[in-house]
Amino acid sequence: MADPSHTIHEHDVIVIGAGGAGLRAAIEASASGVSVGLVCKSLLGKAHTVMAEGGVAAAIGNVDDRDGWQVHFADTMRGGQYLNNWVMAEIHAKEAPARVLELEAWGAVFDRTKDGRVLQRNFGGHKYPRLAHVGDSTGLEMIRTLQDHGIHQGIEVYMEHTVTTLLKDGDRVVGAFGYDRERGRFRIYKAAAVVLATGGIGRAYKITSNSWEYTGDGHALAYNAGADLVDMEFIQFHPTGMVWPPSVRGILVTEGVRGEGGRLLNNKGERFMFDDIPDLYKNQVAKDDEEGWRYVLGDKEAHRPPELLTRDHVARCIVREVKEGRGSPHGGVFLDIAWIKEKMKNAPEHIKKKLPSMYEQFKELANVDITTEPMEVGPTTHYVMGGVRVDGLTQMSTVPGLFAAGEVAAGLHGANRLGGNSLSDLLVFGKLAGEHAARWAKEHGQGHIDAEQARDAEREALAPYERDGAENPYGVQSDLQEMMQEKVGIVRNENDMAAALDAIAALKRRADGVGVEGHREYNPGWHTALDLANLLTVSEAVARSALDRRESRGGHFREDCPDKSDEFAKHNTVVRKGPDGSMQLRREAIPPLRDDLKKVIEEQK
Amino acid sequence: MANVTFRIWKGRGEEAGYKDYDTDITEGMVVLDAVHQIQAESDPTLACRWNCKAGKCGSCSAEVNGQPKLMCMTRMDTLDTSEPVTIEPMRAFPHLRDLVTDVSWNYEVKKRIAPFKPRKPDAPDGTWRMSQDDVDRVQEFRRCIECFLCQDVCHVLREHHKHPEFAGPRHFVHTAALEMHPLDTDSRIGHMKNEGGIGYCNITKCCTKVCPAHIKITDNSIIPLKERVVDEFYDPLTKLFRIFRPKSRS
Repeated sequence: MADPSHTIHEHDVIVIGAGGAGLRAAIEASASGVSVGLVCKSLLGKAHTVMAEGGVAAAIGNVDDRDGWQVHFADTMRGGQYLNNWVMAEIHAKEAPARVLELEAWGAVFDRTKDGRVLQRNFGGHKYPRLAHVGDSTGLEMIRTLQDHGIHQGIEVYMEHTVTTLLKDGDRVVGAFGYDRERGRFRIYKAAAVVLATGGIGRAYKITSNSWEYTGDGHALAYNAGADLVDMEFIQFHPTGMVWPPSVRGILVTEGVRGEGGRLLNNKGERFMFDDIPDLYKNQVAKDDEEGWRYVLGDKEAHRPPELLTRDHVARCIVREVKEGRGSPHGGVFLDIAWIKEKMKNAPEHIKKKLPSMYEQFKELANVDITTEPMEVGPTTHYVMGGVRVDGLTQMSTVPGLFAAGEVAAGLHGANRLGGNSLSDLLVFGKLAGEHAARWAKEHGQGHIDAEQARDAEREALAPYERDGAENPYGVQSDLQEMMQEKVGIVRNENDMAAALDAIAALKRRADGVGVEGHREYNPGWHTALDLANLLTVSEAVARSALDRRESRGGHFREDCPDKSDEFAKHNTVVRKGPDGSMQLRREAIPPLRDDLKKVIEEQK
Repeated sequence: MANVTFRIWKGRGEEAGYKDYDTDITEGMVVLDAVHQIQAESDPTLACRWNCKAGKCGSCSAEVNGQPKLMCMTRMDTLDTSEPVTIEPMRAFPHLRDLVTDVSWNYEVKKRIAPFKPRKPDAPDGTWRMSQDDVDRVQEFRRCIECFLCQDVCHVLREHHKHPEFAGPRHFVHTAALEMHPLDTDSRIGHMKNEGGIGYCNITKCCTKVCPAHIKITDNSIIPLKERVVDEFYDPLTKLFRIFRPKSRS
């Protein structure tokens, strides 16, 4: 018997998270005729997808008809330094165009080409203009389109509910346990299949573009349910976050600024990105300012400006400039889009039209007019490439009945994600996860909910109230963020990461002792206390995986092993919860690339 | 750095009231930063909604010194801090706790508005053609971040509590975006006239003034919708037409 104080919501499929991936999964599952519940921590339409700016990558070929799935596939693999799950990279490149165009049928209004088709823009690591976009607020357009379509599909939405534990019946997942934030009442979400679409882990770091929601919930839920996490050492530090004033440090400045011609400059006015071009890209970069600008204008003979190299590389170049004393006054570098007035009439209007929210953001928050002066920018924790290991064809994790899609799932991006590939990721794999979760639910039916598991989860959730007067959870959270930023950040080394693991163990002890006061109704102190366990789990996974990978590749850079290693090119890093509860790590060989795909990559070199 | 007093609406139901908090304000801080600092320093139970902290998600709506604002986009240096800064929840919606209100009514209203219904694709590959000029207006409306500040400031809701019979500015913008979408084939004009109660709006433009996305709500969405209602329901010629063609679309 379930505890009568636990309200039970029963659905065939429960989707946890209502960003793009969660909404897309819910829509797909619902379309196949099963009952769907969508559980989200915030109000509907507020999830992190709303923050995505530059665009959604899909080889539609509207602006340059040389584009096609093969080019997109090769770009994604090169960007990911070949650690990608190539099954996913192939599906993604082939299906992204249909997933993006489908949004038009649901009411999305992308910017247009002169002949009335969906316009596409340049972005880092993409060979051709590939990102369908709406100014610099593409994520808003996508989430609203999915939301407005989804609310008419019979999906039950549980807004402002948080899941703390997955419930299991033997090996398989049969539901989730959580609470509503408004009243703090406990709930059981019973389901034949569960889809995780919880996003990332950015709140483990001090400087981040991510909101409070990004506490690695899905990663930790899956890990605690026995699922594998893979590639957790690969974290994307977006090269351009705001750096001043302090309260806005980390807020994202879209790559679209560089896509529209923005140049990165150091305090000597040098365009330093020309100084270091990685081997993988040496045939693809402009030789000078002039060629770079021609590329921005759409000259098919020109190569990309070096600012549009992959994010991992651009971020490291910025760190180098700052470290060597060539940074801006507040510890970043300059990003200048105003200079395009030398090249075009009406430049200020053009900038405001193409980058309206950047214009607004800098004007309102930093007193900077980006049409006349440069922005100060520096790296910010943006995205985790690693996550729940899934089967590329079905999105099911290594735990039966548990699926994952979007940022919480791993595989597509390998060691580094290309800008624009996350929005296409969540559409393509959100759909796939929804489809296969529904199929699984139909084939397997409901499992048995063990009331004891739910009671344990309740006890754990309420434990901070037993410790009234103990340490405040905010202190532990901010110490963790500082520590991760310093020791497992953009530039890593063995000593720092070993120290980080010790620090995580100590922080875990502190987290076990935090207390909260007051009531259970909308109590942010309580919510923060519960998030801590997830943040600590993912932080440990990141540190352990990063310590094991003795090379530098993509988002993982080690000053003590600064080069790529052929040995480490052959495997992914996997962590799993061991029988004794400790985190166990192993290296797993990457399956050999199919011959035809190998050929595609060769042809695109 | 300056020490500033914040007078924040705190509590639930009958017991709710202002509570004063002091915290230090540094360069560039916004109101939301101050609220977070208060949570971390002195009151971890202080409830507020927020997400993006960059004016893009519309979660942190509140009334700062009586003005409907996004807390994340309201810089402290735009406020007079010699007096306590008051922060209250949006008053047009049922209060839950502290700065959090029950905005679920907005979601219900939207659900009752007919969804997008496109015409048949223009091209054999299933795609459509639309010129940028034709979508500019719709894109303006689609910038809405659903912060509901326009609903909060609207006197039809705030003072006259017409929630059951008035959709409010947010949903006029939503409807206008659908009605003016070049591909849409449905009509929501009858719905706006009846269930939407658009006639209650007397175009005082309060909604336009508070919109953080700078949508010209009144001029570009409400007035054109009102004109369509007039054309469809009150134009004498159309009326005559309707008498003779009673089964035509309404």
